[in-house]
Amino acid sequence: MNFNATLIGQSITFLVFVWFCMKFVWPPIMAALEERKAKIVAGLAAADRGKHEQELAQKKAAETLHQVKQQAAEIIARAEKRAAEIVEAAKGDAVEEGNRLKAAAQAEIEQEVNRARESLRGQVVELATAGAGRILKRELDATANDELIKDLVARI
Amino acid sequence: MSAAPETSALYIKHHLTNLTFGQFPAGHEHAGHWGFAHSVQDAAGFGFWSINVDSMLFSIGLGVLFLWLFRMAAKTATADAPGGWQNFVEWVVEFIDDSVRGSFSGKNALVAPLALTIFIWVFLMNFMDLLPVDWLPWLAGVLGVGHLKVVPSTDPNITFGLSLSVFVLVLYYSVKMKGVGGFVGELTLMPFQAKNKVVQTLFIPINFLLESVTLIAKPVSLSLRLFGNMYAGEMIFILIALMYGGSMALGAFGGLLQLGWAIFHILIITLQAFIFMTLTIVYLDMASQEHH
Repeated sequence: MNFNATLIGQSITFLVFVWFCMKFVWPPIMAALEERKAKIVAGLAAADRGKHEQELAQKKAAETLHQVKQQAAEIIARAEKRAAEIVEAAKGDAVEEGNRLKAAAQAEIEQEVNRARESLRGQVVELATAGAGRILKRELDATANDELIKDLVARI
Repeated sequence: MSAAPETSALYIKHHLTNLTFGQFPAGHEHAGHWGFAHSVQDAAGFGFWSINVDSMLFSIGLGVLFLWLFRMAAKTATADAPGGWQNFVEWVVEFIDDSVRGSFSGKNALVAPLALTIFIWVFLMNFMDLLPVDWLPWLAGVLGVGHLKVVPSTDPNITFGLSLSVFVLVLYYSVKMKGVGGFVGELTLMPFQAKNKVVQTLFIPINFLLESVTLIAKPVSLSLRLFGNMYAGEMIFILIALMYGGSMALGAFGGLLQLGWAIFHILIITLQAFIFMTLTIVYLDMASQEHH
C-alpha cells in the first residue's frame, strides 16, 4: 500500500462532490418529493371532503323529498277537508233554500186560500142577498138590511 | 497470458499496479524527472508527492457521472408523475432519506446528501469490478499506457481519502455539538468513572487510550473494509482470468466461475457501498449526539 497525494486528491474531490450534491442535487429532488407529498395529501383531503359533501347533499335531498311529500299530503288532506266542508255547506244551503221556497209557497198558498175565501165570501153574500130577496119576495131596503147582512157575512 | 508461474505472477502484479505519476528519486536512471512509474518499485520510490492517475481519473469520472445523472433528474424534478429516470432517482433518494432518518437522530442538512454521494459513488467505483479485468487495461496498453487499475476502490488511497474526510467531519461535528470541553471529556472521562476525584484522575489516561483507539478505529476500519473486500474480489477475478490461458476446458470452467463470482459480486459491491454509507451516518450521529 503506497500512500501518496491521491489521498489528498480523493479527499478534495469527495468534499467537492458532496458540496455539489448538497447544493444542486438533493434539495430539488427533496423539494419535488415534498411537493408531491403535499399534493397527494391535499388530493386525498379533497376527495374525502367531496365524499362528505356528497353524503350531505344526498341526506339533504332525501330530507327535502320527505318534507315535500309531507307537504303534499297535508295539502291534499286540507283540500279534501275543504271539499267536504264545501259539500256540507252546499247541502245546508240547499236545505235552507228548499225550506225558504217551501215557506214562500205555503205563504202564497195561504194567500191564495184567503183570497179565494174572500171572493167566496163576497159571492156568498151576493148569493145570500139574492136568495133572501127572492125568498122574501119583497122589496127590502138594501141600506136597512146592510148591517144585518154584514154581520151574517162576518160570521161565515 | 500463459499459465507459467513467473508470467502468472507478472500478470497479477501488472493488474494490481496503479498508473502512478511522480518525480523519480535520486539514484534512479531518470532521477529528478517527472513521469509515470514503470514498476511498483518506481511508484514506491516517488514518495508521497505522486499521484495514482488511473484511480483519480476513474474516481472523478464516476463521481461526475453520478452528479451529472442525478443533476439531470434534479433539474427536471416536478411534483407531477415522474418519468423513468426521475422515478429511479427518487427511489434512491427516498431510500437514502429513510436510512438517514432511521440512523441519524439530529437535524443536519449535510448528512443526507453526503450519504447519497457516498452510496452512489462507492457503488459506481465498486461496479468497475464487474467489467472483465482485461478490457480496459488492454485498451490502455494499445494506447501506450503501461498500467491501469480500473477499480478505484481497490486503491487504499481512494478508500482512505473517503474515510479520512468522513473522520474530519466526525471531529468537526463532535467539537461543534459538544464543544472542545465536551469532546475532550468524552475522550477522557469514559467509559471508566468514579466518584472519588483521585481515582477519576487515575482513570483519565486509561480512558483516553481506550477512546482514542475507538476513535481512530472508525476511519481505519471504514476504509479497510471497503478496500479489503474490493481488493479480494478483484484478485479473484484476476485469478479466474488466469484460467483463460490454460486449456479449453479450464477456460470454459473459468468462464463459468467468472459468471458466478460476478453475480455474487453484485451483492458485495452494493452491500459494501451501503455499509460505508450507513457507518458514515452512524459515526456522524454519534458525533452529533450529546451524552447524558
